[in-house]
Amino acid sequence: MGAGRYADDVATPRGTLHAAVVRSPHAHALIKDIDTSKALALPGVHHVLTGEDIRAISDPFLIVLKKPIDQWALAVERVRYVGEAVAIVIAEDRYIAEDGADLVDVAYDPLPVVIDPREAVSADAPVLHPDAGSNELSAREFTYGDPDKAFAAAHKTVSLEVEYPRSSYTPMECFVVVANYLRGDDSYDVLANFQGPFSIHPVMARSLRVPGTRLRLRIPADSGGSFGIKLSVFPYIVLMALASRVVGRPVKWVEDRLEHLQAANSGPNRVTKIEAAVEKDGRVTALRFDNMEDYGAYLRAPMPGPLYRMHGATTGAYDIRNLAMTNRVVVTNKMPASLVRGFGGPQLYLALERLMQRVAIELELDPLEVIRRNLISPGSFPYRTCAGALYDSGDYQQAIDKAVGEGRLDDLLARRDKARKEGRMYGIGFATVVEPGMSNMGYLSTINPADVRERQGPKNGAISMVNVNVDAIGTVSVTADLTVQGQGHATAISQIVADQLGLKPDDISINLELDTQKDAWSIAAGTYSCRFSPGTAVAAHIAAKNIREKVARIAAKQLNTVADDIDFGGGRVFSKTNPDNGAAFARVAGTAHWSPVLMPETDDPGLSETGIWSPPELEPPSSKDEINTSLTYGFVFDMCGVEIDPATMQVRVDRYVSMHDAGTLINPLLAEGQIRGAFVQGLASALYEEIVYDEAGALQSGTFAEYLVPTACEVPPVELMHIETPSPFTPLGAKGLAEGNCMSTPVCIANAVADALSLKDVPLPATPERLNALVCGEEAAPPAGISAEKPVSATAGDAAITGDGSVTVKASPAEIWKALLDPESLKHIIPGCHSVSAVTPEHYRAQVSLGVGPIRGRFIADVKLSDLNPERAATLSGDLAGPLGKAQGSGHVTLTPEDGATRIDYTYGVDIGGKVASVGGRMIKRAAQIVIGQFFERLSEVASGKHGADASANGSKSESRSWIARLFGGNR
Amino acid sequence: MKPAPLSYIRPDTAEEAVAGLAEHGADARILAGGQSLMAMLNLRLVEPKALIDISQIDELRSIRIDGNMIEVGAAVTQAEFLAWPQLKEHAPFIAKALPWVGHFQTRNRGTVCGSIAHADPSSELPLSLALLEGEVVLRSKSGTRHLKASEFQTGMLQTARRDDEMITAVRFPADVGTKGAAFREVARRHGDFAIVSVGAVAADQGAVRVAVGGVADRPACIGIEASLTVSDMTDRIERLAWELGGYDDIHASARYRRDLVRRLVPIIIGEVRACAK
Repeated sequence: MGAGRYADDVATPRGTLHAAVVRSPHAHALIKDIDTSKALALPGVHHVLTGEDIRAISDPFLIVLKKPIDQWALAVERVRYVGEAVAIVIAEDRYIAEDGADLVDVAYDPLPVVIDPREAVSADAPVLHPDAGSNELSAREFTYGDPDKAFAAAHKTVSLEVEYPRSSYTPMECFVVVANYLRGDDSYDVLANFQGPFSIHPVMARSLRVPGTRLRLRIPADSGGSFGIKLSVFPYIVLMALASRVVGRPVKWVEDRLEHLQAANSGPNRVTKIEAAVEKDGRVTALRFDNMEDYGAYLRAPMPGPLYRMHGATTGAYDIRNLAMTNRVVVTNKMPASLVRGFGGPQLYLALERLMQRVAIELELDPLEVIRRNLISPGSFPYRTCAGALYDSGDYQQAIDKAVGEGRLDDLLARRDKARKEGRMYGIGFATVVEPGMSNMGYLSTINPADVRERQGPKNGAISMVNVNVDAIGTVSVTADLTVQGQGHATAISQIVADQLGLKPDDISINLELDTQKDAWSIAAGTYSCRFSPGTAVAAHIAAKNIREKVARIAAKQLNTVADDIDFGGGRVFSKTNPDNGAAFARVAGTAHWSPVLMPETDDPGLSETGIWSPPELEPPSSKDEINTSLTYGFVFDMCGVEIDPATMQVRVDRYVSMHDAGTLINPLLAEGQIRGAFVQGLASALYEEIVYDEAGALQSGTFAEYLVPTACEVPPVELMHIETPSPFTPLGAKGLAEGNCMSTPVCIANAVADALSLKDVPLPATPERLNALVCGEEAAPPAGISAEKPVSATAGDAAITGDGSVTVKASPAEIWKALLDPESLKHIIPGCHSVSAVTPEHYRAQVSLGVGPIRGRFIADVKLSDLNPERAATLSGDLAGPLGKAQGSGHVTLTPEDGATRIDYTYGVDIGGKVASVGGRMIKRAAQIVIGQFFERLSEVASGKHGADASANGSKSESRSWIARLFGGNR
Repeated sequence: MKPAPLSYIRPDTAEEAVAGLAEHGADARILAGGQSLMAMLNLRLVEPKALIDISQIDELRSIRIDGNMIEVGAAVTQAEFLAWPQLKEHAPFIAKALPWVGHFQTRNRGTVCGSIAHADPSSELPLSLALLEGEVVLRSKSGTRHLKASEFQTGMLQTARRDDEMITAVRFPADVGTKGAAFREVARRHGDFAIVSVGAVAADQGAVRVAVGGVADRPACIGIEASLTVSDMTDRIERLAWELGGYDDIHASARYRRDLVRRLVPIIIGEVRACAK
């Protein structure tokens, strides 16, 4: 313990250089020019690569949809999200590389931004990929059974619209790549904490323009978590490989947390319109889904996976035979979406399980009763859903009975009754989830119509490979086609192999590094989609069983018996009928090395077996779009009680019960670890974590002070329960179980919050501020004498930060006008200004250093004056850009003479983006106001001959009054 | 996330530290516990040319009672102050507020004076200093001056400290709040910067002095006299909520902040009065 070594700790080759990435502060912009000269001049900087350099030596990444949405490892021609990699600086060390990155000047031409997927599909929305013609890249309709007939015949239709937010599950260790171009054979040797699926290996090799054999990818045996995210290291693998080729030295890059939260990847946000056709008794006869999934700026392989991964299981735990579904794939100016634990399940179940609660409420039935009436019955497994999934096993009724039994539900009901009697806000939520394990590699082809699939050839299956090797002294070692992320794979594999060979788990040596040049792997390799228990574990079992059978045959020959009579135990191989007739496992196994002549005639010498598992149930989609999306289907039933604090509107989980059926548990302790981890992440999605963009596309959750991962203090106890209905489709009977609570917990808590507050629409995460706004209605007007202005950041117009105010200056309008139009005066007016040069009489360029308190950054400001109405009004607009970020804004100023002085009225709107917006979410708006306030303070000083402004100033935002008063109030 | 190049200076005395400030002025930053500064350095939000590390200066490491004031040196960590045996007796309010500062791991490094120097509008220690009407000791080559809390913190992250000055200590009046002290804080997670924090102590003649943090650009204080009717008190709190205004950020809206002021201030006044009885 404590001896694990993450990728960053692995020794690097001699001469390794370090990279830092220059990222876009713009959500959408054309790249006009990249000036690398200053960075290249910095001692210690070896090279700077831009998108154009990359484009010349690599190809865009292959994607799933045949659409012209090219993405290279660096932005080419335009940027489409904040944080997009624009250039890299390669230097002696990371410090110098970051110094160099600050010196790369990128000139952008900002484009209109679209953040909300519903707006992205409107006719006048800016199109991210003009060649694709639209931001809606795919819209596929599916029909199973006869939903129209069922809706027409229904007692009632119940409908709901839900929105699953953007979130990600953040690993402790961010991305790491060490890439080494080997000139000798024109190949790349890359160490990276990539997690798979290895279907992306050909994508990387194609981009690098080499055959797969010349991209050697090595994955360390330890990784500090992944949760899906570490698939998305792949563009950086290509980027650093290219960098190494260009500089002729190994190149290392370690992603920092800001980069990770800006640009690693997130789960897709999804807007779902869902409808149920229901009978009087709550039986659902049909479902209709309209799924609009937002993949951010690019569609990286294997996207749009989350929209199709659950496809066969869209009807969840329910026996519903009629289904209509529309799946839309949309792009917006956000970081690209990709793998995140849960992968389509949280989005599906938020819609389905919220709807089931609505069915109960609208029919005035008990929510749990509605669930029960629709469950698939225990006698019908294996059960084929209408969309084609083949549920392997289950007993949903029994699972629910046990979960609610022994007084658990009664206790929740009693807690709710008592709380409500005392006027407290308490609610109960339920959720049932069918949890897929081991994805069918063919499910994504469901996005293509049957005739296209026909032309492309079938895609299906899921292959797992594990090698078990026994050496000359009988010691056993194992390698596998998985990537470790901390799940305890080695523990489980050693247990499975040791069981077969009659050895102790400690006797098995497990090496879970993965090397694409030396290990057995397929495109399905990696660790994702809960494929360990139903996949890798089975391959380990098969490999160990093959070894066992071979050793049994060797032993039979030596012990004068038949192989069927051979048993294994306590490190020995012996005759079942005469246990004294035996030998040490090591001795018998060693025969395969030491004495080939003693081998049975049917066996080759040596003792190394690769177990390959490819379950036959994973068939390609049928001509009617039926698809068995996964091999195993576990079951989760959650119920919880929550209480909402009337003062703070914070949600407290009072009691949480989670029942699982994951078939046979291979290792209960590891299973519990997985379930608890998924529960915490489900809780995070319900109440805490969200990737936030403002309307201008600025990312606002760039640090862990903004992106709120729950800590131990926030995690309530959870009561875990199991039943086991073994899967008939896997030799070990085990199913995947590591994602269920990511799917069930967000909606279970949402249902409880809905129950507590009688809400139809529950926003996720259900933050106290959101619940407060929903429950408390309009705020009463302020008392007399206090103006009831909008809050500071009210998004009037398009800008994220707006405001207005007025100040009275002891100077004439003419003097003020002169000051505004004179570069020398502007130098004194613009806060922190070092120099001003006039580009045209109405366009100035200034070097400024701006900030609040200790935070200060250097910027280039472009200031333009327009709508000039001499001595009366003007519009000032400008752009700011610097290493800390960028801002765009405009303000309108009117001058009114007043008793020998002048009143200046101003309104402004500012958008702030880049690093400072990502990390300063808590203060950025106030900081912007302070700087704007300084502008007017200085204007009044300069215009009035620097003798100080008249003391009367009035920022109309009540909260900004104090600082404006202070700034203008003659304190200096 | 690597800081820009800077020189690192680790003086052994406050005099040397002040001399460093005199030399570098605005280009220098004082490093004590580094719990705010190191993050800002690594994000390159601040790029000082020199970092003056005062954490090893022995003369700044003491907590002492000086007359009716508790003086906390600039190198004293929040954890050390929390563990000071006389804290509960002489500064019961701080004993309640300090556990809300970050987490125990950050309190082991973060200093009392550093938090006050940073002047975050949501921080607990600036609120404590404002509520208890403490003072800040600033030293430069040209001498030492004492500023009242209300004079020291001028806005969000802004203070009256001159570029050549360092805080050598903060001073809290001793034995304030011994007849009643309460603190509450609302944050999305435990240890986060407060969305709203409210502190209160029993004052003379049954009055309660209340401080509110996280709503305006610095902590604000009001007095609630014993004679005030419930309805007058409600009016006063309503007025306070609007005067502070609040601001929107990604965790909370201005309106939610005002609602928290409306709900928490009466609760905390009740808590203080309950102690006083």
